[in-house]
Amino acid sequence: MFSALANPARFMAFSRWAAPILGVIAAGLIGAGLWLGLNAPPDYQQGETVKIMFIHVPAAWVAMLAYACLGGASFVSLVFRHARADAAAKAAAPLGAAFTGVALVTGSLWGRPMWGAWWVWGDARLVSVLVLFLLFLGYMALRASIDDEAKGARAAEILALVGLINLPIIKYSVEWWNTLHQGESIMRAGGPALDPVYLMPLLLAGAGYSAAFGALWLERIRAEVWRRRATSLALRVALA
Amino acid sequence: MSVLAVLARRELSLAWARGGGALLAVGFFVAAAVMLPLALGPAPERLAAVSGGVTWVVLSLASLLSLDRMFERDFEDGALDLLALGPLPLEIVAAVKCLAQWTVSGAPLAIAAPVVAVGLGAPVASAAMILAAAGLGGLAFAFLGGTGAALALASRRGGLLIAVVVLPLLTPPVIFGGAAIANFTGGLPWGAALSLLAAYALACVALTPFAMAGACRNAQS
Amino acid sequence: MTLEALSAGKYAAYIWPAYAVSLLGFAWMIIDTLARARRWKRKADRLEGEGEP
Repeated sequence: MFSALANPARFMAFSRWAAPILGVIAAGLIGAGLWLGLNAPPDYQQGETVKIMFIHVPAAWVAMLAYACLGGASFVSLVFRHARADAAAKAAAPLGAAFTGVALVTGSLWGRPMWGAWWVWGDARLVSVLVLFLLFLGYMALRASIDDEAKGARAAEILALVGLINLPIIKYSVEWWNTLHQGESIMRAGGPALDPVYLMPLLLAGAGYSAAFGALWLERIRAEVWRRRATSLALRVALA
Repeated sequence: MSVLAVLARRELSLAWARGGGALLAVGFFVAAAVMLPLALGPAPERLAAVSGGVTWVVLSLASLLSLDRMFERDFEDGALDLLALGPLPLEIVAAVKCLAQWTVSGAPLAIAAPVVAVGLGAPVASAAMILAAAGLGGLAFAFLGGTGAALALASRRGGLLIAVVVLPLLTPPVIFGGAAIANFTGGLPWGAALSLLAAYALACVALTPFAMAGACRNAQS
Repeated sequence: MTLEALSAGKYAAYIWPAYAVSLLGFAWMIIDTLARARRWKRKADRLEGEGEP
């Protein structure tokens, strides 16, 4: 599959169908998940606010997934010097930032009725998502600030790999920090003990969010391929 | 070995000359720490409660200060090209640069850190702990900061870009160091936090030179 | 069933904004991605036509 995607013509032919199909799958899964989620009975502890979980937790999952994709694509691009892998890394960043942004805002809206505050530092998960958001911003800022496209791509790849190695340490350190300052950690929603009546819609929505990310990612890579083709053609026309 | 010694001496004198060297970093550190009681009010118990953490945060910011000229100067005057052609691999050059940065700005900051913390109300007994944490943390700050400085070489805007790129990566050392200081002053076991900080700093020393060398080669190409 | 599902009780003021923000996030991602793909495809096609003859 990987070698098939490495060929530009085959990638375009594949993604032309794969992106819309993934999009339809995403719509179906998210629709089903939210339908079940909205019809689920109120949680005895969280009440109706459990409905926010079905859109918050998948967004946080996909934000992590997006950084993993960004780092993986950067690795491939750095090692194999592959142009489309770099396009893939570039395309993943704004999507990841958007998913982290959604996760942060919905997390805050979830926290207000649960904890009585818009932001509670006691939730390790939310704090790691915040750091992840900063990582995406740093990646995009570095990439945008370098005029030379090839140099910007290479610098961004190196940063993405440094971030990828750091990400598990960041997650671990934030969780460790959280247990250290005990008494402040208030809830562990989405833990393993989640009732199936909530787990099922959550998993459906999570799969749907992932599929939506896949569809948007493929389409953005296509856009990047066309952009590169257009800029190189424009250069050729200008030089002719 | 003598090549290494020559390089180390050069980097040290450059780092010392760069932007006022230690004086600037320590000056910023102390001045920023002075702002804290002015903003929070002089109540000693309130200041003492946050003294360790604030010292640690301001320290991490101060160590980002003089980073932007770290590679830029050599990049602009062509010395970096010579260093790349020289007998030492660029990874070693980058590591020596970061060590020089640490010696000139990290170590003085580490010495100033307990003074600032005690001045804000931290117990005097914690001074040695703060010195150790600041020294180890400074190593991580210098190497991660150097990575940011090398990555920003290809761009035309140094300072702020480096901070935006590097600060999220500083999360683990800030947490480990802050926890070591807080646990020590709180009478809790602090060994785990300090060893995690040391492990993270050593991992930075071992791994980031590869990223820095890659970033330098990329900017030169 | 549907109406019952949509009654979010006293927390409606938090639940619906959260859904609205998610919807906005998705809308932005979809619109931006499609617009970008369209714009560059058109540009590439146009330049390809110019370069051919």
